[in-house]
Amino acid sequence: MKILGLSGSLRRDSYNTGLLRAVRELLPADVELEIWDGLKAVPPYDQDDDGAEAPAAVAELRSAVAGADAVLIATPEYNASIPGHLKNALDWVSRPVATNPLRNKPAAVVGASTGAFGAVWAQAELRKVLATIGARVQQTEVACRRADTCFEDGRLSDEGVRAQLAETVAELVDTARAREHGRGAAASFAA
Amino acid sequence: MSATETTIAPTGTWTLDPVHSIVGFEVDYMVGTFKGGFQDVSASLSAAEDGRVTLEGTARVASVDVKDENLNAHLQSPDFFDAERFPELRFEAVDISLDGDEVTAEGEITIKGVTKPVTVTGTLSPVIADPWGNQRFGIELRAIVDRTDFGLNWNNPLPSGDLALANEVTIVAQLQFVQTGS
Repeated sequence: MKILGLSGSLRRDSYNTGLLRAVRELLPADVELEIWDGLKAVPPYDQDDDGAEAPAAVAELRSAVAGADAVLIATPEYNASIPGHLKNALDWVSRPVATNPLRNKPAAVVGASTGAFGAVWAQAELRKVLATIGARVQQTEVACRRADTCFEDGRLSDEGVRAQLAETVAELVDTARAREHGRGAAASFAA
Repeated sequence: MSATETTIAPTGTWTLDPVHSIVGFEVDYMVGTFKGGFQDVSASLSAAEDGRVTLEGTARVASVDVKDENLNAHLQSPDFFDAERFPELRFEAVDISLDGDEVTAEGEITIKGVTKPVTVTGTLSPVIADPWGNQRFGIELRAIVDRTDFGLNWNNPLPSGDLALANEVTIVAQLQFVQTGS
């Protein structure tokens, strides 16, 4: 089983990317987390460019989402909301709405910020956006507050946040497994 | 249940004419009433010798039609009906009573995997002989449900702070039933 991880923060030492790396240590042996780092290459959405051949970075992202059993997004908060490039990338993935690869895809959101709230507004807005796109959005939140104190040498050191991450990811894996099982059952029924 | 005043239909099993039937919903949205429906519905009605009439019907969520494919997709998503997990809506009434042409039934409705009792009211047309030698009658049923009782909680605040979509939804079924002539 594969989870696609997207970090809404592009910088090299991002705390949000750090959360995703921490998730890797919490996964069962048969689950892998692929951290997709191509967000910076996704151009601004333009319907004129959204034809038969999408821009390369968009095609890659759509394919990565389609190939994953679940999606986990770690987001910072910019001006009380989702970073523009992350929202933009999801807008690309959402087209066309009726057949986009996020439809019914189990999805969870976590967040880190150096402030006192841990990107909770960005997480709430991101859950809303994902639900509108059609994802099966988990109603959980992991708020890594004062993120500069939660990491040591780039590694998550806050045990409370780690426990929350573990709980969130376990639920996401359960949802993805249930979906896989449901599809398997439907396939065998059809056969 | 009270005894039926009059027989709704001659005894036997009646099958739905799906083309000339529709199951829809009406819900207040901002400044008006928004209507949609399900294209793929099935139903059957049985009238027993003792006058008891039972009705059961289903609608396929994937056939929801609100004239916009993107909104159709949103309605099928986990945000609303969650068609992947709950592909069917279901209704069952075990005793439909009739007073004049007014129909009343206590039934159960299942939406998004949640089953709740519901009171259904409606009207009935007389039984006629249709041009193909069948007996045919029509029934229109209405039920009011609170969509949040079934986990359909989506909403969007307007700039005023009011919510765009009402919780109360009227479900309307306009059904034509046919019994093959002997």
